[in-house]
Amino acid sequence: MIEIQHLTKIFPVDGGEVRALDDVSLTVENGEIFGIIGMSGAGKSTLLRCLSLLERPSKGRVLIDGTDLAAMRGGELREARRRMGVVFQGYNLLMQKTVAENIAFPLKLEKGYDRAAVNARVEELLELVGLADKAKAYPAQLSGGQKQRVAIARALATNPQLLLCDEPTSALDPLTTTAMLSLLEDINRKLGVTVIIITHELSVVRRVCRCVAVIGDGRVCEQGLVDDVFEHPKSDAARLLLKGEG
Amino acid sequence: MAEFISQYGALLWEATLQTLYMTFFATLLAYVLGLAFGVLLTVTKPGGIAPAPRFHAVFGWVINMLRSMPFIILVFFLIPFTRAIVGTSIGETAALVPLVVAASPFVARMAEQSLEEIDQGVIEAAACMGATKWQIITRVLITESVPSLVRGFSIVLITILGYTAITGATGAGGLGNIAYRFGYQRYQTGVMYATIVILMLLVCIIQGIFNFISRRADKRNR
Ligand SMILES: Nc1ncnc2c1ncn2[C@@H]1O[C@H](COP(=O)(O)OP(=O)(O)OP(=O)(O)O)[C@@H](O)[C@H]1O
Ligand SMILES: [Mg+2]
Repeated sequence: MIEIQHLTKIFPVDGGEVRALDDVSLTVENGEIFGIIGMSGAGKSTLLRCLSLLERPSKGRVLIDGTDLAAMRGGELREARRRMGVVFQGYNLLMQKTVAENIAFPLKLEKGYDRAAVNARVEELLELVGLADKAKAYPAQLSGGQKQRVAIARALATNPQLLLCDEPTSALDPLTTTAMLSLLEDINRKLGVTVIIITHELSVVRRVCRCVAVIGDGRVCEQGLVDDVFEHPKSDAARLLLKGEG
Repeated sequence: MAEFISQYGALLWEATLQTLYMTFFATLLAYVLGLAFGVLLTVTKPGGIAPAPRFHAVFGWVINMLRSMPFIILVFFLIPFTRAIVGTSIGETAALVPLVVAASPFVARMAEQSLEEIDQGVIEAAACMGATKWQIITRVLITESVPSLVRGFSIVLITILGYTAITGATGAGGLGNIAYRFGYQRYQTGVMYATIVILMLLVCIIQGIFNFISRRADKRNR
């Protein structure tokens, strides 16, 4: 279970501060696909960065199965990070390494890894994301959707219990979006991985998420089951998103 | 022409080898040191993976001071140091000392620039996968900037090639030494022209080779 408690993130900027997140509290149950939706600049990426501890919260806590990430240091933190996979908005692949090498990267960080086991795992992951024929290609030779798949495979390499995806479909066409969402559903169902999807597209949330949190201006405007929230939106942010959907 | 070659050919050939010896080994040593310095500059800067702003400022200042020292003055200034290390301040091996001292801060700044080209997001992704700082340095920062570092290597080679002309006038052999002795001290301009032609050829060859290697090494453009 992921519990975000009273999370506030303040960035100091010239002549003031930006309150990117303001007292955000959320609970995500294990094994579900959870949506976080909001307009551009709402604070979604910042929330993801706090979840993966790329940013330290200014206030509040993030508990993963009861343990506070921010209290961890060094090796303990690295271990905790290996139990979550992050798929970034811009993929962040290593450009000088092949697809297979990219996916093997997190596995080879471990001391005394077994080469054969790593290769087998990489093959398995390539199969899972449907890129078996691209093992030797370089990221520059891939389409956006394919890069996204590599990023997902890489995030899953260490068998994490939690997968965080930042805008996994925003750069994809409708058909590829559908394929990407079924892949995420597959991963969730087959591997039992908890998936948090960050998006600004209502259709994405409707298709795969059970629960959703609507974020606007750094705050949680409402949260609950997807059907409830968008059947009877109570917040302006949710109404705006519905309107945007047309 | 044939007469010129029979008279000066052996001399020029030997001088070319001496120049290549100094250039190559000085570049290699300067690159090892300079890359280490460049990594240090990159990781310690504010917002880097091991920020140490005060150290960064002091170290950056030292690098700049070394870079601002004219090479010929550095050669003289380092003579006691060179003697302490090599045993003499004369000859090609002794010349490596000022060459390396002059080139490594230059390499440091170039390496720093290469490493800075790397997308911050990729570094963050590695951190998220549980990479240690050392792993980020060796497996992300350096490996991702290899093509750029290779391009830098050719620039350093050519710069040091230029510096060897000066060490040639201050106690080492090489083409600079020949040009100085024959062209400047004896007004035998033919020999000097020959050294110029050889140096130009060397620059072209080095540039060509490294352009090819770095293009082959860069996986972003295929
Ligand atoms: N490092 C930072 N320094 C200062 N302000 C920041 C920083 N990071 C984010 N912000 C601010 O925080 C707010 C939220 O940014 P964030 O990137 O989380 O938005 P987002 O919801 O992910 O938007 P998008 O959908 O466009 O990706 C923005 O106003 C942004 O300018
Ligand atoms: Mg974002």
